Amino acid sequence: MIPFLKSTAAIVWKDIKTEWRTRENLSAMLVFSLLVILIFNFALELDLRARESLAGGVLWATFIFAGTIGLNRSMAVEKDRGCLDGLLLAPVDRSAIFIGKTVGNLFFMLVVEAMVLPVYSFLYGILVFQPGFLLVVLLGSIGYSAVGTLLATMVVQTRTRDILLPILLFPLTLPVVIAAVKASQGFIQSVPFVEISVWVNILITYDLIFFAVAIMVFDYILEE
Amino acid sequence: MITVKKLVKRFGPLTVLRELDFEVNSGEFVALLGPNGAGKTTLLRILSSLMRPTSGFVQVASYRLPSQGAFLRAKLGVVSHQPLLYGDLTAAENLQFFSKLYSIGPDRIPEILDLVGLLPRRDDLVRTFSRGMQQRLAIGRAILHNPSILLLDEPHTGLDQAAGEILDRILKEVALEGRTVVMTSHDLLRSAELASRLVLLSKGKISSSVSTVDLDPVDLVDFYKTGLQGGQS
Repeated sequence: MIPFLKSTAAIVWKDIKTEWRTRENLSAMLVFSLLVILIFNFALELDLRARESLAGGVLWATFIFAGTIGLNRSMAVEKDRGCLDGLLLAPVDRSAIFIGKTVGNLFFMLVVEAMVLPVYSFLYGILVFQPGFLLVVLLGSIGYSAVGTLLATMVVQTRTRDILLPILLFPLTLPVVIAAVKASQGFIQSVPFVEISVWVNILITYDLIFFAVAIMVFDYILEE
Repeated sequence: MITVKKLVKRFGPLTVLRELDFEVNSGEFVALLGPNGAGKTTLLRILSSLMRPTSGFVQVASYRLPSQGAFLRAKLGVVSHQPLLYGDLTAAENLQFFSKLYSIGPDRIPEILDLVGLLPRRDDLVRTFSRGMQQRLAIGRAILHNPSILLLDEPHTGLDQAAGEILDRILKEVALEGRTVVMTSHDLLRSAELASRLVLLSKGKISSSVSTVDLDPVDLVDFYKTGLQGGQS
């Protein structure tokens, strides 16, 4: 168990260190997210009712598109210098590679979300810093990162990876996105938790199922 | 050390390896020669457990592939024409990262950097290195965990004369430590100088094999041409 955790931690450390040096991924994700939030803010300015009922959707549209930029880049780095082969040649359980990459991708997504949420809160006049809402953001991001890492690994071998990833990822993550939007919307509109809990449960179930499935199939996906 | 019997690898309708038989003894340095598309890289990827064979028997260091690939990887070092290194990490950080994956202590890192002549550049980013330096560091990464088998896929690609000679010196030192080495190459003279046996791969099959002790360097081209004709017949 200790070598497994050490390998996972090494992969996360490596991803954070390389990103800290270049800041390519984070800056692209952040700029894109802020632009989307701003554009929607101006588009919905005149209609306050629509603005309130669309706030959850706007937020998750921002997160998933920014997340896709991060996922593509994260695996492209592994492919460019043959580094993925370097990882696969190491005597580590391949699920450690999956978990390491997923945690790295999740970390970058959460960093961007932590920077975007205050701006979103200010522009849309919505109180986002409530535990339930932050839990939904965390659960949604976990599900999206897990499935995204799996699919990004799959498409990284192809020439059309930039196009292929969103085409495969968006339909597969539809349940998590719908549940996250509904739950976020519920918290924004102060709906009683009993009504939101079904969406939170879907998020938890989705995360568990897809994380387990991803670990099971990751080894096969990596084989040529 | 390496036994391959009736190995077949197909990519859709294309058959790259055709019932290939190949054997390498422990401590041997084998240079695998052949034209582009002969199947050298495919064979090396199968031997390194990165690719599944379509059919046939493959055993490396007494581990059957692909089923026991996970056990083999701890005993295997691979150098490809790509460096398999992270450009935005320093030389030392790259080795540090791989040492964690191989569960070995950091003590070996300065020793390896010294062996490949990169100790003074240990804190420089790999992307600032020349092709030759990257390839030397790639060898350092491959021998970091002291593997008993080394697979080298055209390690001299893109190197100038001086960088190639430095790489040769390192390869000789590495081979002298008793490792089994299989290297693919297009350079006949260099292969004859480094390896103990030359094996010619043509159209997915081994067409000829000769010990470099028995081979006069002037006969190298004849060996290559005759071998290719044999493979085509």
